[in-house]
This record gives sequence, C-alpha cells and structure tokens, in this order.
Amino acid sequence: MKNVNRLAPMLVMGAATLYFLVPIWWLLVAASKSRSQFTSTTPLWFADFSLLDNLKELFAYGDGVFLRWMLNSVVYTGGAALLGTLLAAMCGYALAKYRFPGREAIFNIVLSGVLVPATALALPLFLIFSQFQATNTFWSVFLPSLVNPFGVYLARIYATASVPDELLEAARLDGSGEVRTFFTISTKLMFPALVTIFLFHFVAVWNNFLLPLIMLGEEKLFPVTLGLYSWNTQVNQIPELRMLVLTGALVSIVPLVIAFLLLQRFWRNGLGSGAIK
Amino acid sequence: MRAALGLVLVSALALGACSSGGDTSAEGGDTKASCAPSEGNVTLTYTTWIPGIENVVKLWNDKNPNIQVKVQTGPNGNGGTYANFFNQLKAGNAPDLGHIEYDALPSFRVQDGLTNLADCAEVTAAKDQFVDWTWGQVSFGEQNAVYGIPQDTGPMALFYRKDLFEKNNIPVPTTWEEYAAAAVKVKAAGGYITNFSQSDISQFAGLSWQAGGRWFANDGTKWTVNLQDEGTTKVANYWQDLISKKLVSAVPPWTTEWDNAYNTGQAWTWVSAVWGANSIKSGAPDTSGKWAVAPMPQWTAGGTVAGNWGGSSTAVFKGSKHPYEAAKFALWLNTSEEALTALNKEAQLYPATKAGAKLPALSEGVEFYGGQKIYDVFATASTQVSPDFVWGPTMTSTYATASDGFKAVVSGTGTLLDTLKTTQAKTVETLKSQSIPVAE
Repeated sequence: MKNVNRLAPMLVMGAATLYFLVPIWWLLVAASKSRSQFTSTTPLWFADFSLLDNLKELFAYGDGVFLRWMLNSVVYTGGAALLGTLLAAMCGYALAKYRFPGREAIFNIVLSGVLVPATALALPLFLIFSQFQATNTFWSVFLPSLVNPFGVYLARIYATASVPDELLEAARLDGSGEVRTFFTISTKLMFPALVTIFLFHFVAVWNNFLLPLIMLGEEKLFPVTLGLYSWNTQVNQIPELRMLVLTGALVSIVPLVIAFLLLQRFWRNGLGSGAIK
Repeated sequence: MRAALGLVLVSALALGACSSGGDTSAEGGDTKASCAPSEGNVTLTYTTWIPGIENVVKLWNDKNPNIQVKVQTGPNGNGGTYANFFNQLKAGNAPDLGHIEYDALPSFRVQDGLTNLADCAEVTAAKDQFVDWTWGQVSFGEQNAVYGIPQDTGPMALFYRKDLFEKNNIPVPTTWEEYAAAAVKVKAAGGYITNFSQSDISQFAGLSWQAGGRWFANDGTKWTVNLQDEGTTKVANYWQDLISKKLVSAVPPWTTEWDNAYNTGQAWTWVSAVWGANSIKSGAPDTSGKWAVAPMPQWTAGGTVAGNWGGSSTAVFKGSKHPYEAAKFALWLNTSEEALTALNKEAQLYPATKAGAKLPALSEGVEFYGGQKIYDVFATASTQVSPDFVWGPTMTSTYATASDGFKAVVSGTGTLLDTLKTTQAKTVETLKSQSIPVAE
C-alpha cells in the first residue's frame, strides 16, 4: 500500500515532466540538424550533429542581427525587471509601512491593475506614445515594461510580514532617514520577496510580445521574441529561415534557464512565504 | 467609406477614448494628393518585410542624397504588419511607404489609407512597363486611380517529378482532365499527384482565377461578392472529386510534414507560383535534379490561361508629406534593373514588369530543376493571367472562413461547394458589419 501511495504521485509527476521536457528535447534535437536532415530524419533523435554550423549561420545572418536581438532582450527584460522590482518594492513598502489618507484606495487601484492583461494595454500605449512621437524607440518598450502591479502587491504583503515596525522605530530613533532605512534594513529583510518579484517581472517582460510588435519598426530595436517571430512569418518564402528560427529559439531560452537556475532557491522561498500570508 | 470602422474597430475605439478627435494627419485633407516635389532634403520611411531589403535600399540611398529612405521592418503583413499599418494610420504616424500584398490592398483602400498616385505623371507614364494584369491589381479598375506600384507577382505553373512521371510512363498533363487521369495512375504507383492545400486558400484562389472565377467586383459604390460563379464552382467540383476519391493527400501546407511528403516522393506535383521553386528546393533537398516545370493544366485543350498566387505592391500611405518622392522611389524599386536584380537576389522576388522577366538571373537554367530554364515558363504564364480578378476588402476573414470549411472537407465533412456558399454569406456579413456597401 505504501508503495502504491508513493508510485502514483511519481507517475503523475513523471508524466508531467515528460510533457514539459519533450518539446525542449525536440527543440534541442531539431536545432542540431542540418536543413535537409531536419525533414528527413526522426524528429526525436539526433542525426549528424550540425548545431555549430547552425549557430554560425544564425549569428552571421543579416549582419549578426540575432545577437543584437538577444542583447536587446537582456536589456529590456533585465533592465526593466531590476528597475521595476525596485519601484514595486518601494511602492509596496510605502503602502505597508506608512499610514496616509487614500492608502487603501491606491492599493486597490494598483491591485485592479493585476487584472488588466498587458496585451490589452499595448494598443492604447501605442496611441499615447504616438502623441509624443516616441513610438519605434527603445523607451516605447522599456518604460511601459517597468510597471508591475503584482510586484507591488507581493511587496506590500511581504513588507507587512517581514519588516517589524519596532525595527523601523529603532532606526528612526538612531537617526536613520527613511530612505536609508529602506535601503539598508528593509530591502535586506524583503530580499526573498524581491527575488520573486524580479523573476515574475523578468518572465512577464520577456513574454510581452505584443507591445514590441506594435511599437517597433526598427529591426535593431527588436527583442529576440519579435525577431524570431518575424523570421518565422517569412518561412513560406524564405525556407532557409526555418533552421535559423529553431536554432534561435534554442539560444533564446538560455538566458531564462540561467536566470531560473541561479535564482530558484530564492524563488521557492519567496513564493512560499508570500503564499502563506 | 471613411465611416467604416472595419478592421481597426478596436484601435478606432481606443483612439476615441484617449484623444477625442486628435488631429491625425492621416485623416482629412485633400482626397487627391497633389504630387508636387518637396523642397530641400527628404527622408522617407518604408516598412516592409522583404529579407535583405536594406541592401537594396542602400543602392538608392547612395545615389540619391536628397531623398534618403529609412527602412523599417517587422513580421509579414498578416503576421502583424498590416495591423500596425492600420494603427499607425489612426495615430497619424504611418510610414511614407508600405509593402502591401495585392489581396490586402483593397482593405487599405476602403479605410482610405492610401494615397492615389494617379496625379504623379511619372507613375501613370510607367503603366506600360508593368505586366498588364498587375495594374488592375493596384487600380481596382477605378478610373484615374493607382494605389500602389506593383512589385512582384506569382504566376502559376505545374511543378512535377519528371523522373517519376517518366519511370511510370505517365504523360505530363496539359489539361485538368489529363491531370485527374494522371492522379489515378500516380495513386496506383504508390504516390499522390499532389497535396490539396486545406488551410492556405490563396492556392485555391489562384486556381479559380485561372478558371475564370471572379470573387469580387466593385462598381465604384458597391461591392459584389460571388464565390460560386461558374469558374469557381468548376474548380471546387474538380478538387472535391479528387479528395473524395482519395487521389490527393491533405497534409497541412507549410509544415515539415508537408516538406517531407515532397522530399520522400509521396507527392508528385504541385501547381504553384514562381516562388514555389524555392520552397521545393529547400523543403525537398533530396529530390534535386528530379523536378521540372510545365505550364499549368488547362480547362480546354490547347488553352493558354494561367493563374496567379501571391504578389505585392509598394503603396504610399495617406498622410505622407512627400508623395512625389515616395512615388519616385517606389518606381525605382520596382522597375529599375538594378533594384529588380537585387530584390530577386535577396528575396527571390519575381518582378511585375515586362522587362523584369528578362533579368539575367531569370534566364538561366536552374540546377535543382535539371538545368531547365524554368523562369521561361513563368514569364509566359505571367502574360496569361487574366487582368480582371479583384480582391475583396476583407480577405483575412474570407480566408479564415474558407480555411475552416476546407479543413472539415478534408476530414470528410461537407463539400468544397458548401464551404464556398458559407464563405460567401460570411463575407457579405463581414462587409456589412464594417459598413462597406454590398450589392445583393
């Protein structure tokens, strides 16, 4: 009986793991094949290993525009996630630790922002940026990406739970200013939450495809998602692009994998503590 | 027409919400552009998804310091760039020039998004340089109207496995009747004569175009929709018969599975456009040297009618402050030998001009096709395309409805004719919902 109890969850987890890993396996295998072998060999096992040739072609195509896209993505997502996390942390912290009129109203408004999908905002944002003639610029994608209402929510919950009022009182008595207290004491206490917010934000910006699609026309400004998508829409006419899209897709998940491997300890930690409160 | 909310319903509402009646330069103003040269230096923006276009535009920029062209790019039209164009037109920051396929041009026309280039003397003078039918695609048969410069075309022909036809003693079909007869023999030899395109309706449109089908017409005030005319019905019944008898395969087009069917010799022919030459070459590399190209099968023996699949134009958007310069660039891009050669080299575009068909690159034998000068076949086909096929203003929705129906037909539900009937009704409905007048 005991074995069955253990076996059932293992089976379910095993199936789920397989379900999630097979597409990645497929991508890895596909990216390692030459164009002719891609269609003619079994999709789930390797043929002649030509990943390096594919990579060379990928990075050389269009004057190395792919590398530029990768860098853009890192700057858009990394930059926006860092700055956005800071903003969310400050906002959530202020909402948790200071009493001022309209506090709950502000919090509720921010919270309702969680319900509005980023896709729905892309078009209005485009029209607003058009008024300032700022479409097709780095900022047209970067600025809207800084906003993260869910991060504010998490930060507030976590600040309430992990930053004791007594500690802040003590800091004030010792003559520390509010800003200094926030950066030297509170952020350290909130650190697991900040990592969680950062990762959420990172993934959200990475996946926000519609905003750059609508805003950008300059190929040099594209994030990697949009760039690969553009290539993919041209596969009918330029079939050579198919291998580049596959190899590019493989390369493009590397930063995400790295981010998760490095930060997953904090992620689990933070997610758990956020969930209990 | 302007009142038509249409495809930009969402963006129109969004605009209304955040800037009531903003002074968008795309709207209002004269309906006719004066087409006078601008003073001083001009910078034009040009949005297209042609791969390698930067290299082509550079040729122009190097020689025209006063008219510099800045390229913007993105996914293909239906992949998002058309939607962007509509948004930009609403916001008043559309590029000067845009890449628009023939079947999408009318939707921009009914939204009043295009500059009529008929006032540009150089444009009207260039008319004779283009293959006759392409001019119909950019003027929609209206008087004094040129809404874009034809860029490339997709005249159709028959790609076939020369080796397999010879080996099995099957004559290369010259009529559709012979094609159906060949289908039976091919099936007996263990293959399929071709793959019926269940989800890409443009092939079916090209076949109907050849058979005399005329899906849309516009008399200047009202649109007529007829997806069940004689020609189209003939094509639908013909393919329905092949599908019912299981003489054609139905692998979804543009997939690796589809490539594989050609690469492994399961599919023996493909009635496709000139750009299909490259699709086979890269999709079925193992079959190098085994293909050949013949004219499209005919409905009457000895006939000389071809269909067209694809092709696009360079249009000048409403709101462009430099229509004269934009038109000048568009003409250079689509008529000059250096630009056409470069476009063909970078992106295999097949020119829409008469002279373009004689480019050196298009006069050579192609190794993949056993050294055959395949472009000669397409050059002839290009002159055999009927000039009066007009696209409707809501092709995206028409394609989507037809594609749903065709997919069902392939899996055994309904007929192609049923689908055309439904598509017609749905198309009329869509036009009406966008306040586009329809003649019943």
